[in-house]
Amino acid sequence: MTEDDLDRNRRHFLTVATLATGAIGAGMVAIPFLSSLKPSARAQALGAPVEVPLGSMQPGELVRVLWRGRLVFVLRRTEEMLANLATVVDELRDPDSEVLEQQPDYAANDTRSVRPEYLVVEGSCTHLGCAPLEDFEVRPAEGWGGGFFCPCHGSKFDLAGRVFKGVPAPTNLRVPPHRFVRDDLILIGQDTGAA
Amino acid sequence: MSRIEAEVGKPQGGLIKWIDDRFPLTSTLKYHVTEYYASKNFNWWFVFGVLAMVVLVIQLVTGIFLTMNYKPAAAEAFASVEYIMRDVEWGWLIRYMHSTGASFFFIVVYLHMFRAMLYGSYKKPRELIWLIGMLIFFVLMAEGFAGYLLPWGQMSYWGAQVIISLFGAIPVVGDALVEIIRGDYSISDITLNRFFALHVIVLPLALIGLIFVHIVALHEVGSNNPDGIDIKKHKDESGKPLDGVAFHPYHTSKDLVGIIVFLMIFSAVVFFAPDMGGMFLEHANFEPANMTATPEHIAPVWYYTPYYAILRAVPDKLWGFILFAMAVVLPVFLPWLDRCRVRSIRYRGWMYKTALTVFVITFVMLGWLGLQAATPLYVMLARVFSVLYFAFFLLMPFYTAMDKTKPEPDRVVYHD
Repeated sequence: MTEDDLDRNRRHFLTVATLATGAIGAGMVAIPFLSSLKPSARAQALGAPVEVPLGSMQPGELVRVLWRGRLVFVLRRTEEMLANLATVVDELRDPDSEVLEQQPDYAANDTRSVRPEYLVVEGSCTHLGCAPLEDFEVRPAEGWGGGFFCPCHGSKFDLAGRVFKGVPAPTNLRVPPHRFVRDDLILIGQDTGAA
Repeated sequence: MSRIEAEVGKPQGGLIKWIDDRFPLTSTLKYHVTEYYASKNFNWWFVFGVLAMVVLVIQLVTGIFLTMNYKPAAAEAFASVEYIMRDVEWGWLIRYMHSTGASFFFIVVYLHMFRAMLYGSYKKPRELIWLIGMLIFFVLMAEGFAGYLLPWGQMSYWGAQVIISLFGAIPVVGDALVEIIRGDYSISDITLNRFFALHVIVLPLALIGLIFVHIVALHEVGSNNPDGIDIKKHKDESGKPLDGVAFHPYHTSKDLVGIIVFLMIFSAVVFFAPDMGGMFLEHANFEPANMTATPEHIAPVWYYTPYYAILRAVPDKLWGFILFAMAVVLPVFLPWLDRCRVRSIRYRGWMYKTALTVFVITFVMLGWLGLQAATPLYVMLARVFSVLYFAFFLLMPFYTAMDKTKPEPDRVVYHD
């Protein structure tokens, strides 16, 4: 065969077709390998929703639970605490929960909760992930109506997990998906379906 | 204009030129790929080197992904393998690819070595390629052995027990050596931990390094061919061998077909017969290691059984070890045992053809016998075939020197 007999179009088509088929194959093979890096069935099972019984919680009491290895605060707020939420609004960066991914729709309200009495937020500072400490003492002189304080870099959050202005944390504390199974039982990690 | 650009240091000739000024990229590609000339009459026996590289890549990639979930601890290893099989997404596929890959590695490497025996690829000037290749084979055997302990099943444990105890047969230092290999007084968590280190770091690194020099040595002297003749004797004006074609695109396109056929067979095994009826994954290994009960029938995985049969055929511990070791090491000396004037089987006489045929039957039979229980009949057969195995190598200087050869052609024989 001489150079003149070459059907270059045909050769080009075959080259491109072979490469394309190979690339698709390689892409398909990559799927199992990349999928294997996702949380395994065990990790998913360990990440199952957790129940928090509310029966013995006193007003003003904070309970810490782990959901998917992440710290979650459940706070039973007193009437006074709820009343204080409105007094600090001017000091807050996002008082109306406008950053949507920080809470499910049903918690995008003034108290950031399903039932105002119970606050459920992740105990993970939105700055760099430290666990904030509670500081429920009211100090009107400092403009502090009680809330959470992050010891790492000084971020402050109010009793609805809303971030104050002038601190490193950019957004409000995240509200995990949760729902009331009964009046005295919260399920964290799931907000649909039967319990 | 261009002078001004040169003065202000603008790159000339693009990225490749920029790299070539600092690194031998184009020249290396030419030397090893686009202007590496291999004989145009390669048959399918010449595909197994490339296939070995393909299996190596499969083993490296699947191995890395397995280490992400495997736990090298006696208390957790077995469960972590089951975890990979059941809970990790696609974990079963990755593990079956790895376990099937181990067997295919040996299939491909055995055929690759057989090709060298068919066409005399180990003969001058390719002795060093053969020596490096044998080293690769030894490292591969160690790699497979270390890897087999990791699932911590019954066969992992008792297979390692038997093979490690072998070294205890060495006089004087034997017992101390066994203790150093195990790092303990029995095969334990400590042994598992160090076998893991060997399997995932030490031996693969050695393997990659040896394969690199194997190929460098090959490209220095050039590939053999089915006629076993030197294609560099006839070159055109530009110095290119008349009977050679460039590795890329000619041999690569052909190899691609081989790779695809190989992957079809490989996938069929992975998906439909990953344990190959107990050959690739032994049934006893689906039980966790139990230090108090040896499985009723214990045999290594198939790729070690020819040597294991020789070991079992000898009724003495030390001599068993010596003959076992000799059986593994003897092929190293092929380049000097073979006194034949021609390389390829095409031009050899009936003696070598007969010897090689008997050797293939011997090797397969020993492999089969190594899988069977040691009944008196089988032990007797194993002894007969062991003698034939050693005879092939030890008598080679005589029958290859006496053998009547046919004249080699001047140019390679091919059909277009």
